[in-house]
Amino acid sequence: MKGAQIFVECLKREGVKVIFGYPGGAVLPLCDVLYDSGIRFILTRHEQGAAHAADGFARSSGKVGVCLATSGPGATNLVTGIATAYMDSVPIVAITGQVATHLIGNDAFQEVDITGITRPITKHNYLIKDVNEIPRVVREAFYIAKTGRPGPVLIDFPVDIQRKDGEFYWPEKVEIRSYKPKYEGHPLQIKKAWELIKSSKRPVLIAGGGVIISNASEELKKFLEKTNIPVAFTLLGLGSIDVEWEYSLGMPGMHGTKYANFAISEADLLISIGCRFDDRVTGKIDEFAPNAKIIHVDIDPSAISKNVEVDIPIVGDAKLVLKKLNEVAEKIDISDWLKKIKEWKETHPLKYEKNGFKPQYIIEKISEYTKGDAIICTEVGQNQMWTAQYYKFKKPRSLITSGGLGTMGFGFPAAIGAKVANPDKIVIDIAGDGSIQMNIQELATAVYNKVPVKVFILNNCYLGMVRQWQQLFYNRRYAFTCLKGGQPDFVKLAESYGAIGYRVTNEKDFNEILPKVLEEKEKVVFVDCRIEPEENVFPMVPAGASLTEILDGLA
Amino acid sequence: MKKNNKNQSHIISVTVENRFGVLARIAGLFSARGYNIDSLSVAETEDPSISRMIIVVKGDEKILEQIYKQLNKLIDVIKVQDLTQEEHIERELALIKVNTQSFNERQEVMQLVSIFRGKIVDVGKKTLTIEISGVDSKIRAMLDLLKTFGIKEVIRTGKIAITREFK
Repeated sequence: MKGAQIFVECLKREGVKVIFGYPGGAVLPLCDVLYDSGIRFILTRHEQGAAHAADGFARSSGKVGVCLATSGPGATNLVTGIATAYMDSVPIVAITGQVATHLIGNDAFQEVDITGITRPITKHNYLIKDVNEIPRVVREAFYIAKTGRPGPVLIDFPVDIQRKDGEFYWPEKVEIRSYKPKYEGHPLQIKKAWELIKSSKRPVLIAGGGVIISNASEELKKFLEKTNIPVAFTLLGLGSIDVEWEYSLGMPGMHGTKYANFAISEADLLISIGCRFDDRVTGKIDEFAPNAKIIHVDIDPSAISKNVEVDIPIVGDAKLVLKKLNEVAEKIDISDWLKKIKEWKETHPLKYEKNGFKPQYIIEKISEYTKGDAIICTEVGQNQMWTAQYYKFKKPRSLITSGGLGTMGFGFPAAIGAKVANPDKIVIDIAGDGSIQMNIQELATAVYNKVPVKVFILNNCYLGMVRQWQQLFYNRRYAFTCLKGGQPDFVKLAESYGAIGYRVTNEKDFNEILPKVLEEKEKVVFVDCRIEPEENVFPMVPAGASLTEILDGLA
Repeated sequence: MKKNNKNQSHIISVTVENRFGVLARIAGLFSARGYNIDSLSVAETEDPSISRMIIVVKGDEKILEQIYKQLNKLIDVIKVQDLTQEEHIERELALIKVNTQSFNERQEVMQLVSIFRGKIVDVGKKTLTIEISGVDSKIRAMLDLLKTFGIKEVIRTGKIAITREFK
């Protein structure tokens, strides 16, 4: 067998059904084998789209997403997508072509040291140097991507090795002596944690992306229902359990609910599960949860005590640790605290002024219509924060968003990936007029491959979040954030690709088209929502301020 | 890891897979997170599939803890050990080319070298090249004494270290 054939056979053994990619000179032999391999190849219109689509596929399904690009510029175009996946612990395998081995290091045509470039943004990467190591490398790559704290793995595959003859073999087991992820939390630490929880008076649990990655929603729900401990969800933790649960605090942090930030600031105990205390969550770190002891459950030891000092670290898988906790968990006496939480929730609800056509209203209506059953992707900026605030997430893997890296242009291709993985679900991208233009070329991918995602563009003709900061902190000097000049007609644009386009400027028209958009089974739909141009995301904790210094912008 | 003083020097032994790119991964980790490497030495071990790196770094407890965890996170890293926490032997090697203008100077240098249990490894018309190994302070002392003759060139290795069998 040729190297390319061995490689594709390995992908099949790993259960790969779909690859998002873009061909080129250094992957010709691979593409030739893939052509009639039975693996679905989704040709994107830019390699970045392929990486984000693989990411959306992985986040929405829990499986490893696969993307492919050629050497040189193909490979570098994957970089933003790989970094996005790395920051949010998403298992993807990125395959890149490389120039022939005898040319490596010669500055050959379309040569780039992609293993060097991606070293800090991959969990691990490989340059295949021998046709006989292909099965081991592919096996290890998938294993590393999906185990422990998941992450992207890149395989750089020189074109001459794709053509070389070799033997196929399949290593049944993966043995990497230097990589042994730890899943079981230490029983003594778990015991100590429960002792601390039991004696706490004002506990708050923070559920992060780790809860969703480890499929721990059931266990979390059980734990919360037993103990009634109020829960806040980080951006990537939204959907861990129903955000409308009685003691749910919604999202904390910079654009979090006031009651989540109040609760964290007054808590005497924080139980963080699969959250890494990002600065967007903590605000000013010295004033974060000043009265609280911290229990930190994370599968990655390096996430523990990195940003905040932790009292009880538990290295382990969120699901397994919660299972152990549930064995001992019981009702705890925190009725005064729960009363206070309820008061906060009543007196400081999320709110916006209902004058004009508001983005928050759009999200609320989409939320009502889909009842938390859709997969919601977002771009980055105001669209992302309004979605996080106003969509009532109920289920894990229902929010696909670039949290750590904050990648504009992520949502649309990620939605394509998510829809490919979940053809029966309604998949929506909540976009801004800025970010949608960053990967707008994927309209062709969605239309041609019949991936009927729905895109709502919250169009304010601004890079809204940056404009908001300029308004609040830079004296309304809107440097380079107005997108009015040169903005395309999104309706005509969608139509020119063969998608459906709508434009709405008020609530009434929006409510009229909403069912049509979401019930459309065949076609891609773009909805250009002309929202209030200077609407802001509130509440807001300015960068570097403590969680109690909240701007709410309301008169 | 035990408590450390601020900015204390640590000798970290990192056992890694002997593969290309591993050194770059480790060096990249330090630079990306803003940690400084004071010295580094790498070589194959008794098992040719494994290399050992001895890295000397300065940092407080928090930085050291992160270095330790981040190193362990790399797939190619098999083991990380802070030798400063244990009984250990450390050595450095220096090659020193020193000016010797006269017979007397030459005699004097040779005497010093023998006191320090070094070796003369090369002789030129006006220079002697000395090999000396030992702990950092011994090498510094030797360099200090040789300064008066005029040092033409010094090459020093990074620190290497090994734990003591009897603890």
